[in-house]
Amino acid sequence: MAIVELPDNVQVTKLDELVGWCRSYSLWPMPFATACCGIELMSTGASRTDISRFGAEVFRFSPRQSDLLIVAGRVVMKMLPVVQRIWQQMLEPKWCISMGACCSTGGVFDTYSVVQGLDRFVPVDIYVPGCPPRPEQLIQSILDLQAKIQQENKMFGQDCDAPSRQRPKRALIEKIY
Amino acid sequence: MTEPRTIEALNAAYGDLAFSEYRGQTRVVVPSASIHDVLATLKQQLGFDYLVDVTCVDYLQYRDAKDRFGLVYLLARVETNERITVRTFVNDPEPTVPSVVDLWAGANWLEREVWDLFGIRFEGHPDLRRIVLPEAFEAHPLRKDYPLQGRGERHNFPVLTRGEG
Repeated sequence: MAIVELPDNVQVTKLDELVGWCRSYSLWPMPFATACCGIELMSTGASRTDISRFGAEVFRFSPRQSDLLIVAGRVVMKMLPVVQRIWQQMLEPKWCISMGACCSTGGVFDTYSVVQGLDRFVPVDIYVPGCPPRPEQLIQSILDLQAKIQQENKMFGQDCDAPSRQRPKRALIEKIY
Repeated sequence: MTEPRTIEALNAAYGDLAFSEYRGQTRVVVPSASIHDVLATLKQQLGFDYLVDVTCVDYLQYRDAKDRFGLVYLLARVETNERITVRTFVNDPEPTVPSVVDLWAGANWLEREVWDLFGIRFEGHPDLRRIVLPEAFEAHPLRKDYPLQGRGERHNFPVLTRGEG
């Protein structure tokens, strides 16, 4: 068996890893901005902290064209079915960033109307702390998500419903007192 | 500021109503049985053509309070810039007042909001549905006996997991 000498400009990799690399640098975010986090989300896309440096600049306002749901701001229970519907309309592979304290935990809005953490009803990949988070934090979350996507390494998304991607759910039924 | 003419006309029609004044704003407390008549008089005879707001206060465990709910109607007369606050009290169970949608069409959504958040029924309202909260909501959360934390009927929603997309 002859050993072929590779030229310097050729690299060998696995197809799955190549696909993961491509996916992680072509995120198309779907902004779901309901509160002040949305302002920071907008400035993340603006020129000063330019999100397009990280390959995620194509904000699409149609869930069918995007693969990253960024929920920025509190989600009230009347809005929750809308988020769920948008999430279901997005095509696999898809990811979700829960931006800000309100979206991740309800924040200070522990009231009758605000959902206490989006991850109770929609799977979330990355949580961004802050109230609201600075654009740098959102960019860091996108970098973390890119690392996560590259580790998934499945070309046809077979691991979408793998147990490793299922996040243990917190108590679903609110304590009633 | 309410002109004396208005106060005199109301007193002449409905006996001595409890008027009070605070910082130039006139308030009148009306028995809930005659609230619709008083508001109709204000609209049709005294020219209060603009219903600014209908809102409610829950006086549960409020000191010296005798009644549970205080309904507040804020009226204005555009012609003279007169304003008057009309209040009435209703009680459990089934707090009910007649609707004033027949007088001011703008009362429609205002009364729906009071129904949604306080659970006060407006008799004769053409479309008394919830306006702010989802239809599936069962309670009236601005009542004082509704807990501040820990409830919210949020368990009725389906939980989406990976792979269900």
